[in-house]
Parts: sequence; C-alpha cells; structure tokens
Amino acid sequence: MPRSTKAKPADAAAVANPAGHREHASFPPVVIAEIQRAAREGIYDIRGLGAKRRLPTFDDLIFLGASISRYPLEGYREKCATNVTIGTRYAKKPIELKIPITIAGMSFGSLSANAKEALGRAASEMGTSTTTGDGGMTEEERRASKTLVYQVLPSRYGHDPDHMRRCEAIEVVVGQGAKPGGGGMLLGLKVTERVAGMRTLPVGIDQRSACRHPDWTGPDDLEIKIAELREVTDWDKPIYVKVGATRVKYDVALAVKAGADAVVVDGMQGGTGATQEVFIEHVGIPTLPAVRQAVEALQELDMHRKVQLIVSGGLRNGADVAKALALGADAVSIGTAALMALNCNAPLFLEDYAKLGTAPGYCHHCQTGRCPVGVTTQDPKLEARLDPDLAAHRVRNYLSTLVLETQTLARACGKSHVHNLEPEDLAALTVEAAAMAGVPLAGTDWIPGRGGR
Amino acid sequence: MIEVDVEALGVRALNERFHRLPPETNERLWKITNPKGAHALAVGLDRTLTIEIEGHVGYYCAGMNKQAEITINGHAGPGLAENIMSGVVRVKGNASQSAAASGRGGLVVIEGDASSRCGISMKGVDIVVGGSVGHMSAFMAQAGHLVVCGNAGAHLGDSIYEAVIYVGGEVASLGSDCVEKPMTEKHREKLKQLLASAGLSARPERFRRFGSARQLYNFKVDHAAQY
Amino acid sequence: MCGIVGLFLKSSALESSLGRHLSAMLGALSDRGPDSAGFAIYRNPAPRGSIKMTLFHPDSDYGWDHLVREMSEEIGTDVRGQPRGSHFVLTAAMPVETARHWLSHHRPVIRIMGVGDCIELYKEKGNPKEVVRRFRLDELAGSHALGHTRMATESAVTTQHSHPFSTGLDLCLVHNGSLSNHNRMRQWLSRHGIDFQTDNDTEVAAGYFTHLLGAGATLEEALKSGISDLDGFYTFAIGTKDGFAVVRDPIACKPAVLAETDDWVAMASEYRAIAHLPGADRSRIWEPSPATVYSWKKH
Repeated sequence: MPRSTKAKPADAAAVANPAGHREHASFPPVVIAEIQRAAREGIYDIRGLGAKRRLPTFDDLIFLGASISRYPLEGYREKCATNVTIGTRYAKKPIELKIPITIAGMSFGSLSANAKEALGRAASEMGTSTTTGDGGMTEEERRASKTLVYQVLPSRYGHDPDHMRRCEAIEVVVGQGAKPGGGGMLLGLKVTERVAGMRTLPVGIDQRSACRHPDWTGPDDLEIKIAELREVTDWDKPIYVKVGATRVKYDVALAVKAGADAVVVDGMQGGTGATQEVFIEHVGIPTLPAVRQAVEALQELDMHRKVQLIVSGGLRNGADVAKALALGADAVSIGTAALMALNCNAPLFLEDYAKLGTAPGYCHHCQTGRCPVGVTTQDPKLEARLDPDLAAHRVRNYLSTLVLETQTLARACGKSHVHNLEPEDLAALTVEAAAMAGVPLAGTDWIPGRGGR
Repeated sequence: MIEVDVEALGVRALNERFHRLPPETNERLWKITNPKGAHALAVGLDRTLTIEIEGHVGYYCAGMNKQAEITINGHAGPGLAENIMSGVVRVKGNASQSAAASGRGGLVVIEGDASSRCGISMKGVDIVVGGSVGHMSAFMAQAGHLVVCGNAGAHLGDSIYEAVIYVGGEVASLGSDCVEKPMTEKHREKLKQLLASAGLSARPERFRRFGSARQLYNFKVDHAAQY
Repeated sequence: MCGIVGLFLKSSALESSLGRHLSAMLGALSDRGPDSAGFAIYRNPAPRGSIKMTLFHPDSDYGWDHLVREMSEEIGTDVRGQPRGSHFVLTAAMPVETARHWLSHHRPVIRIMGVGDCIELYKEKGNPKEVVRRFRLDELAGSHALGHTRMATESAVTTQHSHPFSTGLDLCLVHNGSLSNHNRMRQWLSRHGIDFQTDNDTEVAAGYFTHLLGAGATLEEALKSGISDLDGFYTFAIGTKDGFAVVRDPIACKPAVLAETDDWVAMASEYRAIAHLPGADRSRIWEPSPATVYSWKKH
C-alpha cells in the first residue's frame, strides 16, 4: 500500500500532525493520553460540562417556514406570545413565566455566589425562574431571583423546609442528563467553609455522592414522597420531577402516575460541575429523541399540556428552543449556555486557562475550582472577576436573544404563540435525526421506523 | 387537649390546621386518633405543640419537623421524622426503614426497633433506639449521634462522615471507613446525656463507639476497593 | 411499581370474609398501583381426579357454556364451570395435560391464568377498586389469598402483564420492585422449556421459580437460589396450595410489612392495607429481613 503523501496545508489534521504520521482511529493521541493519565492516577477522569462528542442534535432539524400554503406573521403588532404556566395540575399557585426558557439547577458550591446572583437577576428581569442545586438555597439567590425552584436531591444537602416554603416550586431530582444514575460531586478545593457549612461536611473533603434518595425508591414510593412535599407546603407549589434521559417513555409516564405537576427531561448533552468522564459520554440518550419520547408518553396518558414538559440538555440558541417547543415541550431549561453567557470559556485571562492545561473554547475544568472567569469557583480572587451587574446584563441579553430568535422562527411558521409550533413544522436533515425526532427526512415523507418503513 | 379523629378529618385538613396555628397559639396539646397507617401525618410543623398519635402511622410521619414534640403510640412507617430540624419525635413501637433520614437537628427516639437505613444521611439529628437497627444504618451519616441500645445490622456506618455511633449490643458488620473508636469519659458523658434525654435506661459501660476512619475524605487509589 | 398483599387465615372462622378483607387491602394500595390489579385466592378444592383452571377470554360475552359442553363431550368426562367477570373457573375431571392440550388445540385464544387444586387467579386492567368490584371479590371465601396493584414500570399495561403470575400448580407470584437481569434470564429459561407471554420482569421470576420447582427444589430452596440469581430490587410474595412465602432482596429498599394475630398472618407493602383487618391494632407487626425466606403453611 503506497504511503500517503503529505496532507494539504489547509487540512486541520495536518496542523496537528504536520509530518503526516499514520493515525490510529481507536487510539488517537487523546485516548493514549487518557490511558496514561489513568495509569498515573488510578482514578477515573473527572470533569465539568456535558457530552463533548458529536451527537444528533437539533441542528439536524430545520423549520418549514411560510410558503404559498402557509403564511407568516409580521413583527410588531402581530404578536407572537411566549408565556407559559407551569403547575396547572395540582398546585394552588402555578407559576407564570413570561418566556418558555428557565435556568436549570446548578448548585452554589459548584457555581460562585456571584454567578448565582447574576443568573437570578437576569431571570427576574426576563420574567422567568432559576433553580437551586445540590447544596440548598442561598439568601443571595432568593433575593436575586423572583421565581425560584427548590430542588430535592438524593444528597439532601442543605435541605430546609423553611427554604422550600419560601420558593415558588419544588423539583424532585431523580437524575440529570450528565449522569443518569449518579449523584452530586464536588471536589475538595471547592468545599470551602461556606459550602461545607451549608452541606454539613468537613472543609476540604472530596464530597461523596448518594445516587438514590434516602427515604424512597421507585415510582410507587415517589408518589407518597410527592404527597408529603405537598403536605409540608400546603399544596401551594408545583412539584416537578427531573430525570436524566434514559428510558424516557417509562420515566415520564411514571412521573405522571406518581403525581408530578411537571416533568423535566435532561438529555445527555446536559452539563455538570463535576462528574466522571465515562458517565458524561456514555450514559443517557441525546436530547433530540428524549423530547419526542417524553411527549409521546404524555400524549398516551392524555396529559400533554396538562403535565408540563420542560426539556434541557445542551440547548444553545433560539433555534434549539423553537425546535424543542415544536416537538411538544412546554418550556426549556438552560444550564451550560447560561454559564457561557456569564463568561464560561470567554477569551479572557488566557494565562490562567493555560495553567489548567486548556484554552478558551476548550475548557471543561469546572471541577478544579479554578475557573479563570469566576463562574465555577469558590476562590474569592477568581470570583471577583465576575461582576454580578455586568454578568446579569449579559445573561439577560442572551435570554432576550433566545426569545427573539424563537419568535422569529415561530412567526415565520405562522404562529401567534410559540406553543403552536408543532412537529409538522419540521423536517430532518439526516436519517438519524428523522428517526429520533419522528419527523420526515427533508424532501421525503419518510420517518424511519414508522409505518413499517 | 384537642382530640382529632384524622380518619374522619383527613390528613390534609389536619396538617393545614397545624400549619395555620399562630406562633402565640393556646392550642398546644393535641391527641390524634385513628391514624390507621396514614402517610405524611403532622409534617412540616413549626410550633411548640405536643402531639400524641394513637395508633400506627404510615410513611413520613413528623417529616421536616420543627419545634413540635410528637409521640406515636404505635409503629411508624418509612421515613419517620425525615429531615427533622428540631423538636422531639418519639415512637413507642418500631420504626420502618430510613428513620430520621437526613435529619438536621432535634431528637428522634425509637423505643422498639428501627429497620434498615436508620439515620441514613443524617446531618445533625440525635437518634436513640431502645431496640436494634437494621442493615445500612447511618449510611453516609454526616453529623449527629446514633445510639443503639440493641444490635446493629450489616454495614453499619457505611461511608460515614463525622456522625458518632454508640452501640450497646452486637454489630453484624461495619461499612466502608467505619471503625470502632475508644470510649472515653467524654463519650460516656455524652452517651448518658443522650440516653437521659430519650428517657431510656441502659448502662453506658456496655456501649462501644464507632465513627469515621476518615480514609475516604480525599480519594487515594489504594482505597479504590472501598468505593 | 406496585403494591402487594397476602392474607393467610389460621382459623376457618374468617374464611367466609377472606374476599372482603382482600378487597379492602387492594383498595388501600390503589394509589401506588393504579393501572391494574389481580389476586389469587385458594378455595373450593377440586374433587379427586379433577383440575381447576382459571381461564380468560378477551371477549366479555364469550360463550363459556359452549366450551364446557364441547370439552366434556369430546373428552368424555365431567366438565363444569363458573364465570366471574371476564374470567371463568373451569373444573375438569381429567389430568392437567389433557385439559391444556385440548384448550390449546380447540381454543388457542383462551389464556390460562392459573391451574391447580384450589387456586383461582383473576387479573385485569383498571383501577384496583374497579377490578375487585368487577370480579365480585367481596363474595369469595377461601383459606388464603395474594393480591397485587400495579403501576407499570417497563412493560405495557395489559391483562397479561398484570400480576399474579402463575408459576405452576397452585403456585403464584406477586412482585413489588424492578429486576435488572431478567432479559438474559428469560432467554436462558426459554431454552430450558419455560414459555413466556410477555416482556414483563415478574413473569421471568415466576418462570425461574417454576423451573427450579420442576427440577425438584423445595420452595425454600428455590427462593434462596432466587436471592442470588435474580438481580434487582424486589419483595416477592409466593402463594402455594397450603400457604405463602415472602422474600426480599439483599438491599431491601422496597417496603414490606408483616402482621400476625392468632387468627391470621398478613403481608403488605404498606401498613395501611393491614390496618382494617380484625385485631390489626393488637397484632404483632414486623418487617421481613433482607435475603431471608419467611413461609407459612396450613397443618
């Protein structure tokens, strides 16, 4: 077999492999480096953010905009409404959101106090909610955020009925997209006095995780637990159940049967502050098929729109939001993208990225607590780099952009409310996306797997 | 003394009645009859009430309790006094699994036996058990005290943090990173206090102390097998 | 997931109210199992040389009389029966295999729910309170019974997927929990001659016990083997001709309550289901230990 000649100068691979050595697809340099790291350290690799590998995503769907048979809305007075109500099933006080985009649960501990405050203020300004995280509620976030969802997690760190009563909704976390079946994780450097105090842990330890709730296992006992939470809060607040996307159809049906007001489904692209790389990349299904399966489960129980569906897991722009809504979600939740609006991976303090062995655009080192831009750190010097005023402004702008983009697409499809987007407004660009989303391959009427085809 | 038949009134109405009592209320003594295994009885209370429940209760009785003193004259289902913040919860009979789960303060007394996972994830509560506890008790116990006058089931204190366990009888086996520790005068005093506050008599000299070896606080490859 | 119940009478004085008590027990657990319900009740032993079979046909207006006549004429022995809701209890004076063979040839659509000397096994989709009403469970007398209320986890909600599952003559199984290695186990058991109708995990457990019992194991031995061979979370209650048994997996997260008086032994997922039994508030109440077989038999 003739040796390959030198690669073309513009080829990206040529930059990394200028001498044109023969590559090994199963053992490329990055895999070899990981094997050798494991050989040095004797422990799995732990990192932040979500799945980094290429997956079928909303990018593989497009909208069928207005045509001769379908007419668009003008902007301005031809309204495209974006409001959504969560918790209509049982709660005395359902939540009214002005936009169908919420901020997902991320703990104080994983995030800095400034980050939590900025997220809260931005959400309040946009008329939407934020969510506590695996560590409990801080006073700063309660002050900053007008609508706060209180998470109940397996660890029960910082769990306080008074805090729960002061929030607007409750979210029982069974799992999250980054690690369905895993519990929270926070490494020693981030377990500061304040964080340790909230979580009742010794300062500086590597926090170990519980992956099951301590006082219930299974949907039949979850039903009793949800009833208890309602009793503690006098049935005021909507109760969400959050799952990482695995057996989505069963899980959503069971959440409904267990009495949830809303279900949150987090696809495998969902981020985390710290967990094992093997968990992030190899457990859970992408957000794209998860949405469709969740909606199907609700429709089969005749509960679509009666039990609200909130979808999360790597949503990035208004197109993602609009596509999730078109597939049937009532709202979406963002985590990673909100952090990036704060400054995660921004090209600032480049030498500090380099010290972590990374660079802006590639950093996933939340677990170190040495976030160069002050988002996922407990170090006051680093945290000071995140100005809450400016950061809140950035997140607000980003949310505003998401909403405008969503409305643009919805108007182009002739919708006066973003909830009127439907799967028939979509087509798929790949066979995988068509099968996963249940939407025809563009230019055909073929949905792989449907109708025996 | 206010007597309420909860089978007739309903759990929701009773809890709402408790929750609506003003802080300066005179309605402080309560007797609840006919619980018949109902769930979520007297949960989320935040008043200095004294409540006697006549009969057996279901799951999560006295869950998230603050300040109240609740006595169950019968047996309790799973999750008794889960996440208790303060106050006293006492069971005359036995308690099912996950008693005082993630409890952060106050005192839980189980005069009979507690089942598996007693004190799981405890974060500061004091638990005193007159009888025995089941397997996986004090799993991931972070803070507080667990006193077991009888025996402890398998894997006691698995992945324990800073909670302290005193056992009067036999221990079937210890969990990861849980070890026996010496009983000093200070510990015997603490134990006496706990037994006295529970109103249980037992000889402190019989008891042994267990706690964290603290080897799992930061990951070391040599301890990988314990995870 | 689900609710399970069992009631074993030590004194015959309570036999006439067995159905009424079981009905109340199932009703109490309908929140944790709203999708379907089923029960097995041991009563009216068949005459010597006869076999009892509980049959199900999807057509609620099915002509059972016709079947009885045809079967009786063709085989030449006494066949009689009683409809109850969508089910039919057939008593046939012939060996089991003859009856099975005839039914599979002449009425392949009919499902055999339970077979034995005493067992009658009923199960249907619908809220448990509805299901017990349709089967008029309140009327039934017997010596012991098991029941189940279902919240379907991973398989469909159908009559077939409901519990109890019948594992052999006068044997049945109800399960609260979720197995995790049932798919490979199902394949292995199929290769060893066990037939499965569904993708349900409980059916696999039932098939596993049938297989071991068929190979000569005692009930205790079969259940002990199950503790190591079946992976996942479970509380099992098994009904036998003379009594019942209860076993929990070693991790024992799923609930189980046992109660006993001089007159009865009861088992349930929640105490609520036991609370209404006569003398319940003075009964001895305890929880079965993990990985331990508990059993009761008539003498």
